[in-house]
Amino acid sequence: MKSVRWIFASFFVSMVGSLGLVVYYLIGESAQVEGILLGLALGGMGFGVVGWATRLMDVPTVVEEREPLESSDAAMSQMEGMVGQDAVTRRKMLLRLAGGASATLGAALAIPALSLGPRPGQSLEETKWTPGARIVDRLGNPQRPGDIPLNGIKTVFPSGFEGEADSQTVVIKIEPELLDLPEGREDWAPDGCVAFSKICTHAGCPVGLYRAEARQLLCPCHQSTFDVTTGCTPVFGPAARPLPQLPMEVDEVGFLVAMGDFPEPVGPSFWNMETE
Amino acid sequence: MLKWIDERLGAAHWARKGLKKVFPDHWSFLLGEIALFSFIILLLTGTYLTLFYRPDAAPVIYDGPYQPLHGREMSAAYESVLRLSYEVRAGLVMRQIHHWAALVFVASIVAHMVRVFFTGAFRKPREINWMVGVTLLVLAIGMGFTGYSLPDDLLSGTGLRIAYSAVISIPFVGPYLGFLVFGGEFPTEGIISRLFVLHVMLLPAIIIGLIVAHLAVLWRQKHTQFAGKGRAESNVVGKAFWPQQFFKSFGLMLLTGAALALLGGLVQINAVWSYGPFDASAVSAPSQPDWYVGWLEGAIRLFPAFEPTILGVTIPSMLIPAVVIPGIGFTVMALWPFIEQRVTKDRDAHHILDRPRDRPARSAIGMGGILYVTLLTIAGGNDVLALTFNVPIEAMVWFLRIGLFVIPVIGGFITYRLCTEMQESGAQPARRRRGVRLRRNAEGGFEEVSRD
Ligand code: HEM
Ligand code: FES
Repeated sequence: MKSVRWIFASFFVSMVGSLGLVVYYLIGESAQVEGILLGLALGGMGFGVVGWATRLMDVPTVVEEREPLESSDAAMSQMEGMVGQDAVTRRKMLLRLAGGASATLGAALAIPALSLGPRPGQSLEETKWTPGARIVDRLGNPQRPGDIPLNGIKTVFPSGFEGEADSQTVVIKIEPELLDLPEGREDWAPDGCVAFSKICTHAGCPVGLYRAEARQLLCPCHQSTFDVTTGCTPVFGPAARPLPQLPMEVDEVGFLVAMGDFPEPVGPSFWNMETE
Repeated sequence: MLKWIDERLGAAHWARKGLKKVFPDHWSFLLGEIALFSFIILLLTGTYLTLFYRPDAAPVIYDGPYQPLHGREMSAAYESVLRLSYEVRAGLVMRQIHHWAALVFVASIVAHMVRVFFTGAFRKPREINWMVGVTLLVLAIGMGFTGYSLPDDLLSGTGLRIAYSAVISIPFVGPYLGFLVFGGEFPTEGIISRLFVLHVMLLPAIIIGLIVAHLAVLWRQKHTQFAGKGRAESNVVGKAFWPQQFFKSFGLMLLTGAALALLGGLVQINAVWSYGPFDASAVSAPSQPDWYVGWLEGAIRLFPAFEPTILGVTIPSMLIPAVVIPGIGFTVMALWPFIEQRVTKDRDAHHILDRPRDRPARSAIGMGGILYVTLLTIAGGNDVLALTFNVPIEAMVWFLRIGLFVIPVIGGFITYRLCTEMQESGAQPARRRRGVRLRRNAEGGFEEVSRD
């Protein structure tokens, strides 16, 4: 009997663990202790039960015959006759109608699912940026070019829409002579300040890491890297489109304002996206 | 008691038949059981969490005991998870056991499938259960994904936005579907309560239904078994369900629970308080998903920046890695029994298992698949790996992009050779522990004496 003493001990350990847990619950709150006590309670009993089964249940190996799964031909044809009774199959027209009615019923039952969300309409193509919209930080403070440190980065929003996810934008200031923006955007960079959508064109993560020495924006999700000097064109990683640039100027009182919305859709590409 | 039941249900006959059911003894048959037991533990811990969790995106100001977040605005959902972790007694251990059980659940399903694949247990008549199994794997991943998103912390938002961009890339219906699923343009307030319904009601209900079907089919078809003395296609050799097998399985359930309790108590997981609440414009590097979606993350990372415009339609770059590749992968997996039948022309029923070496081609394909998924999973953590081993991430990405096409082929080829060699030599690596008997031969060397 010596070899089975540990089985008795296991059940004992389990009881100690369980009682310990009850007591500890009333006096303490460390997850570690709770985990250990619960582990003892379950583990003790588990070892005991397995030991009991493997050491103390000397059951014979048995052989069970496997009856074939498929039925006899006679039973099968009886069943087929039952399913395909004349009353069911002879009414071809009715069968077809019933099928058609089921399909229309399916559509009728599915239609309420359309209440789950609005139609996209233009909302994937547009953001809250409008001509003249003030560029403000998260707290609503308007920004002058001088508020952005050279080679610094700031997350901004259109005034009145602070925190609006699809309008989040980064403003970066770099030496104007380094800028090599695409044609037609020469005056989108007052004092070397350029603004780009902060939403990665790959899968929509916020592109918030700025490698100042390389003048690159880096997406933390899948490491897409965008060259700021050339208009945030992708230079590495899975993103295929540049980050859209926000047309930006300085208004008569010296604050940065948008000249309009982003020229392309922001964020991840979607089916049927308008591209030029 | 038994009599009371029998008088009402006439149970003695069929219950006895059930208790006598024969279970072949092999350790690899326990993998599926571990999956079942982890699921039971998920149900128990999940129900407990549900009593405290609030599926609500409404903003609140935090004033609980966790000082670093004091005064921060966050969703009621995130606050309730903080409360579970810091104020509800035994709440943290329940949360952590739940999360660990999720990881073990998916892992044991995968291990179980690998066993079924390499031993050919999916062959006729068991194709139905194979397909049910693949569906369960997909649903389990869905459960993990929806659960991971419930705490509404910074990391869970990352997974959601990637899912959203995958949905809107779907041909023709993408944007419409995305707006229906998420209730508008990401991020939406309503998504938390939708995920909650999926996570605690819809998906578990479907999973329970499929598990019942899985076990019912298993019961009807009886177990497979490895070849051996007295075993034939026409019988099952093993021990009766009652009492030994029942006690063993019950013990295994308790031991699974014990292992998860120790993990949940001692090994911290998903410390959501340190990530902070979800914020649509905040950075979250390095963001790592749970292991079972690492392959998808890897596919998304490795796929090149390729977004062609064909006939005026731009093909979104997420479409292929996040929709097409997983779609093809799971479809091929689900249909594998029929694909194999078509190639081998073997349409007979099989109840005796193959050893992996008996089917070199299948084993080679299986190994190729495992390597492929493994490489993708490695790619899913390439930023962390590049940092740890101090290699440039660019080199890492190119190595993996090429390796994805080369390494599975080489691995498959080696597997094929190994299988055919083992067939010829009759080596028994899986039975090493029994020892081999050696004999000195005429040249002074040793040779193995076969034991049967
Ligand atoms: C297939 C089974 C399941 C899987 C894979 C799974 C996975 C997960 C994961 C990974 C989390 C995140 C946990 C964390 O905060 O670290 C989670 C949270 C949660 N799960 Fe599950 N779960 C499963 C079943 C269930 C069930 C059956 C319920 C309820 C009846 C449930 C209720 C919850 C609740 C309320 C949360 C949010 C609370 C929190 O995050 O702390 N889960 N689940
Ligand atoms: S979301 Fe930015 S690289 Fe994927």
